[in-house]
Amino acid sequence: MTDTFQLDGVSVPFEPGQTVMQAALAADHYIPHLCYHPEFKPHGSCKLCTVKVNGRTMASCTMPAEAGLEVQSEIEELNALRRTLVQMLFAEGNHFCPSCEKSGNCMLQALGYDLEVHAAGFRHQYPDRPLDASHPDILLDFNRCILCELCVRASSEVDGKNVFALAGRGNSKHLIVNAESGQLKDTDISLSDKAMQVCPVGVILPKRVGFSQPIGERRYDESPISAQALQDAPRPPSGAKHD
Amino acid sequence: MTDKKKLRIATTSLAGCFGCHMSILDIDERLFPLLELVEFDRSPITDIKHCGPCDIGIVEGGICNAENVHVLREFRKNCKVLIAIGACAINGGLPAQRNHLDLSACLTEVYLTEPGLVHGHIPNDPELPLPLDKVHPLHEVVKVDYFIPGCPPSGDAIWKFLTDLISGKTPELGHGLIHYD
Repeated sequence: MTDTFQLDGVSVPFEPGQTVMQAALAADHYIPHLCYHPEFKPHGSCKLCTVKVNGRTMASCTMPAEAGLEVQSEIEELNALRRTLVQMLFAEGNHFCPSCEKSGNCMLQALGYDLEVHAAGFRHQYPDRPLDASHPDILLDFNRCILCELCVRASSEVDGKNVFALAGRGNSKHLIVNAESGQLKDTDISLSDKAMQVCPVGVILPKRVGFSQPIGERRYDESPISAQALQDAPRPPSGAKHD
Repeated sequence: MTDKKKLRIATTSLAGCFGCHMSILDIDERLFPLLELVEFDRSPITDIKHCGPCDIGIVEGGICNAENVHVLREFRKNCKVLIAIGACAINGGLPAQRNHLDLSACLTEVYLTEPGLVHGHIPNDPELPLPLDKVHPLHEVVKVDYFIPGCPPSGDAIWKFLTDLISGKTPELGHGLIHYD
């Protein structure tokens, strides 16, 4: 008999060590998320996965599952907050979807769709963030970075290369490349690296393959992110344990 | 004469490409049932030059020059409900890609220093509206009530949105109709 907690009034079983997010996804319950990735340690920074646990707001990707927890996720109060988070991310970068080759495969965009975000609102910041096109095979477009640190985590934990890092604090926080020149061409990144595959938005892009998927056949054209995330979720018995 | 009074709609394109207006035409034969419910005030469809009192204003394109500001304010003043349609109206879109550049540097490069330009000069006819330093989405200049995203939104998305709105529902697009590209 496994322990359970309540998610929006439904019993969700969990294994010891699982977070609320892992248990929910494994049991086919979607909680919106952006910086969480099933293969990496949770980061807890984007706050899209915020739920109410026994009345308190918590990041479900870092919150350990415990028997008897009362978790609320799919409520208008939280979805309104999630919408605002997505809107702020759109307003602080340069997310010009019509010219982005990640469009249709972008998690930020797909979350906006799923949450019915019709406009970012706010005052757009239009930051000046030059591209790094120095590498022969890989383009970096910092305009779209949402600071989820997935590439940082993938490069250090899986590739063992430490190609990326976040520098600065607060409003000046930004993604940097670990080379004396600061340019990607002077790192040992390669197309087969995990760091190439994890960017949820359109920052790290392989060159010369953009727009190869026709509109209508892209990842989130087929089904919304809420459905795709459940397909991607690790299932028992392989589990979704970290550490 | 038991006809219900028709809703009056005005539309315009500011710093846009008229792609959203082409999409409005893409609602195709459904324009006929729509015209049972609405009539058009200022719009490229009617060629009326100024907006009178309207129920719904639909504005395509962002704000890139002084004339855009005047037209947008005329719409806001006359329309009970103002809708921003398309990427440019919502976030500045393509014209806003100049926002991280210096305006005079843009004009200099385009009209003076670009290779192949002979006797180029920066247009300065007094009839030309002055460009703004930055391109702005509509909501940074006036209150906007609704947004229809897309570049352009599909005819189906526009139809769904307008029919929801006209029938008194909160407009929702849903998967397949909501697009930012």
